[in-house]
Amino acid sequence: MRGTAVIAGIGQTAQGKMPGRTTTSLNVEACRKALDDAGIEKSMVDGLFVKYPTSEHRSMYAQTMAEALGIQPRIGGVWDQGGAAPSSMISFAAMAIEQGQCEVALVTIADNPRTGTRQAYERGWGDDAVFGWFGTPAGYAMVARRHMEQYGTKHEQLGAVARACRRHGANNPDAQLRRPLTAEAYEASSFVVDPLRRDDCCLISDGGAAVVVMSAERARQLGVGAPVPILGFGQGQTSWEVAQRPDLTSTAAAVSARTAFAMAGLAPKDIDVAQLYDCFTITVILTLEDYGFCAKGQGGPFVEDGRIEIGGDLPINTSGGLLSESGMPGMQLVTEAVRQIRGTSTNQVAGATTSLVSNQGGIMHTHSTLILGSS
Amino acid sequence: MSELPLPVVTPLTEPYWKGLEEGELRHQKCRGCGHVWLPAREECPRCLTADITWEASSGRGRLISWVIYHHSSDPVFAERVPYNVAVVELDEGARLITNILAPSEDLAIELPVVVQIEQESGFSLPRFRLA
Repeated sequence: MRGTAVIAGIGQTAQGKMPGRTTTSLNVEACRKALDDAGIEKSMVDGLFVKYPTSEHRSMYAQTMAEALGIQPRIGGVWDQGGAAPSSMISFAAMAIEQGQCEVALVTIADNPRTGTRQAYERGWGDDAVFGWFGTPAGYAMVARRHMEQYGTKHEQLGAVARACRRHGANNPDAQLRRPLTAEAYEASSFVVDPLRRDDCCLISDGGAAVVVMSAERARQLGVGAPVPILGFGQGQTSWEVAQRPDLTSTAAAVSARTAFAMAGLAPKDIDVAQLYDCFTITVILTLEDYGFCAKGQGGPFVEDGRIEIGGDLPINTSGGLLSESGMPGMQLVTEAVRQIRGTSTNQVAGATTSLVSNQGGIMHTHSTLILGSS
Repeated sequence: MSELPLPVVTPLTEPYWKGLEEGELRHQKCRGCGHVWLPAREECPRCLTADITWEASSGRGRLISWVIYHHSSDPVFAERVPYNVAVVELDEGARLITNILAPSEDLAIELPVVVQIEQESGFSLPRFRLA
């Protein structure tokens, strides 16, 4: 299936504070922009894949979205895989198209935790709340501590991830946070849950983003302007809760990446630019290791010396990622990966022909990978 | 007056909390395959049978990882910051979330720990001290 499906259009709302905007409205705006970008009519859409809004749980949400979009898709539904959902839904759309279950799919996500509810992010973890075990950041902090103790990963190395994303976000006019971060400011920022500081944690954002997926052949027939081929995809599920996970510092991102690289016929050394889910800085370090960009335990040294910044060996999160562009769970990484192949990023990697996306959800429970490239 | 977020005792978890009241930390054990785990489940996650019993743990284990909260949106824990939350693996193999009764500068992964049951708001809670 390598290269048989393409991302034909991308759309993104503003990101940040949007009081009063429902997730439905943000999804519709993102879809409208993605359809415009692809240059197609909504009447062509017969597949609709929607991420379960993390901030606002409700049932039959895909039907709500289809009604709001005024379409009657043949296939689709809601996908509940947290931040891993965007790349996964694109993969399922591509497979549905390959199997003749639909021809043109909209894949969309939106959340409004900034001005809507964010209870989902702050809740206690069941009976363990009696020990003060609350919130998503603490789960990542538990992983980060183990990694730091086991491999000697340093605070400054977590900071290097934040600084790279903030540098890239500062140069993206659409980013929510456009203030670069110095090493001194990082070290001075307060702990949220030690070992994670405020600047290790992603933004909280209202926003939406969507893409149009179709076959490469259909894109040619329709005269789509800038289709970007999907070369590979994969998924992997760690599944265990943090307390139950036999090894806190290894994830099934390795499985997800291996599947995607095999499908694309590529290896980590072939990747020109990567968008790695950066809900927390530690996530990027584990992802670099599990994808094979460096050896296990070497993610800390790998991110030093500007290696992951524009001009480095492997620029990551070139629109700012979750730490600087938007805390939206993952589709902004896909739209930026598309821009890199089109050559339209505000932090363009010169001559990029391969662009990788790592999405993940929960506390590194579930992973998905997408590899895009000029065919 | 803010209240501690207390566990919800169900028929499934009642033997666990009762054991702690009686001064004993217990884990579940599969009679079929011998697998040991916490927290309480209806089926063994290894062999999927429901032939499960409760068994006393040695209460000894090792520190897997820990975090220190400097901020909490919960009113009770907002008053307790900074406080630690840890993952402990018991010698028998079960893992649980807990607090370590030691200053944070004394903590390191793989340190041996031993359970210390503490009373709070009518519950007996399994916390750990350094062994």
